[in-house]
Amino acid sequence: MGAGATIDRVGLLRRIPLSALALASLVLVTTALVLVFYVAPNDANQGFSQRIFYFHVSLAMTAYACFAGGAWNALRHLWKRDPRSDLQSYVCVHQGTIFGAMVLLTGSIWAKISWGQWWVWGEDELVLFLILYLFYCAYFMLRFSVDPGTQRANLSAVYALFGVVLIPVSFAAIRLSKEFLHPRLFHLDGPAFRGWILATYLVAQVAMLVLAYTLYRVEIAGKRLDLRLRDLKEALV
Amino acid sequence: MTNAEKYVTAAYCVVFAVILIYVLLIAVKLGRLDREVSELEQKIRQPDDG
Amino acid sequence: MTGYFRDVGALARKDLLLELRAKDTLPAMLLFVAAVFVVFHFALPGTPSRLETTGFLWVAILFTALLGLGRAFVPEREQRMMDGLVLAPCDRSAIWLAKTLATLVFLAAAEVVALPLYALFFHHVSGAMVLGVALADVGVCAVGTFLGAMAVVTRARDLLLPLLFLPLAIPIVVGAVGASIEPGPAKYLEFLALYDALFAVVCWASFEFVVSE
Repeated sequence: MGAGATIDRVGLLRRIPLSALALASLVLVTTALVLVFYVAPNDANQGFSQRIFYFHVSLAMTAYACFAGGAWNALRHLWKRDPRSDLQSYVCVHQGTIFGAMVLLTGSIWAKISWGQWWVWGEDELVLFLILYLFYCAYFMLRFSVDPGTQRANLSAVYALFGVVLIPVSFAAIRLSKEFLHPRLFHLDGPAFRGWILATYLVAQVAMLVLAYTLYRVEIAGKRLDLRLRDLKEALV
Repeated sequence: MTNAEKYVTAAYCVVFAVILIYVLLIAVKLGRLDREVSELEQKIRQPDDG
Repeated sequence: MTGYFRDVGALARKDLLLELRAKDTLPAMLLFVAAVFVVFHFALPGTPSRLETTGFLWVAILFTALLGLGRAFVPEREQRMMDGLVLAPCDRSAIWLAKTLATLVFLAAAEVVALPLYALFFHHVSGAMVLGVALADVGVCAVGTFLGAMAVVTRARDLLLPLLFLPLAIPIVVGAVGASIEPGPAKYLEFLALYDALFAVVCWASFEFVVSE
């Protein structure tokens, strides 16, 4: 039942025209930027630098959503043999990797402000993203090393499913490793989540999700067109 | 501009740059698709001309 | 069910017999791990602490395992045996389970030599460490064999396996190093057991998709 409802919702999403999505992401991202820089108050502990948080965290959540979408489509490929799922899964993972790169970059800058170093092993989320980044880069190596076809779709799908198992396991592992490798404690005071801080975060989060979905739609349209063109060429030759 | 302000701005610029590069790459790909469609069109029209 | 385990037994015995006759993998793994220890001695001049040598031991074990895992599906590839195995009237996951058991035997055999050698060259080996090694081996072989079957059908082949495997092996390293150096290793051993169980189920359930077209 739950899965069926989700599919229906995704079907509804698909009917939103691309231009509306593009406009929505433009408006949302601009609003989020205005809120971040002019409206949200300075954080009590971190001051101005806490403003990276709004995009850094929403990018991270968006990347997780992309990886989850990739795994969901992978499952659909393996389970239902939906012919569109393979491409959708690939584009989701692709998107997740791009957003993951932005998470790493913004996280690195945040580490530089907060601790004076470009990389800090004490930041769990950041280390997790590094592992995931390596993992999903290997996904592309795998995918481009197999000829297009069912086998490639199967291998990619299985590997994408491994990803969602790896995320919680790696997170637990990083938590465990901190206890013996780095006994020092970094404590990032959680932002007091209310008022403008919460509102700004929510707008930024929605903006990133809509932006990701827009880019996903563009990418998938391009990829489908590419495949159809290739088929057409073969039919003509 | 304080140091923190510089870094925060840099972070947002990085995000902007990455998205821009990504959109640019998509645009390049669309250009290639466009070219390929034109080639196909020519191929289809040629037998009629000759 | 007994039929399933008979299939697994037969397939694993085939791998072990092949190795006994050809002696391709195990001597290479033994030589490799010994050579790596010597390299470590010179890479860490002086008397490295137990913490450092434990870390290096795990690097050595992982790379030795990779050496063996890279060879795991080579006979199938060279003699085009995979098609035959897939067509055989047994559950496909039995192929993975049997291969995992065979590589586990090789890796354990390599470690039976490597751990005393480690104790001789560097520091003593504790009981928790041995337990950690055993649990980590299960995870390494389960996941590694699975990824090895994936890598063997790609064009990149041997190149791909470490890239696919190392990100997935990071939790194993965390658990294993924790079990080796911490005074209270139970937590880390539990984590390793959890990893093994979780990934074994995932691999077991999805192996069919790796070999079928």
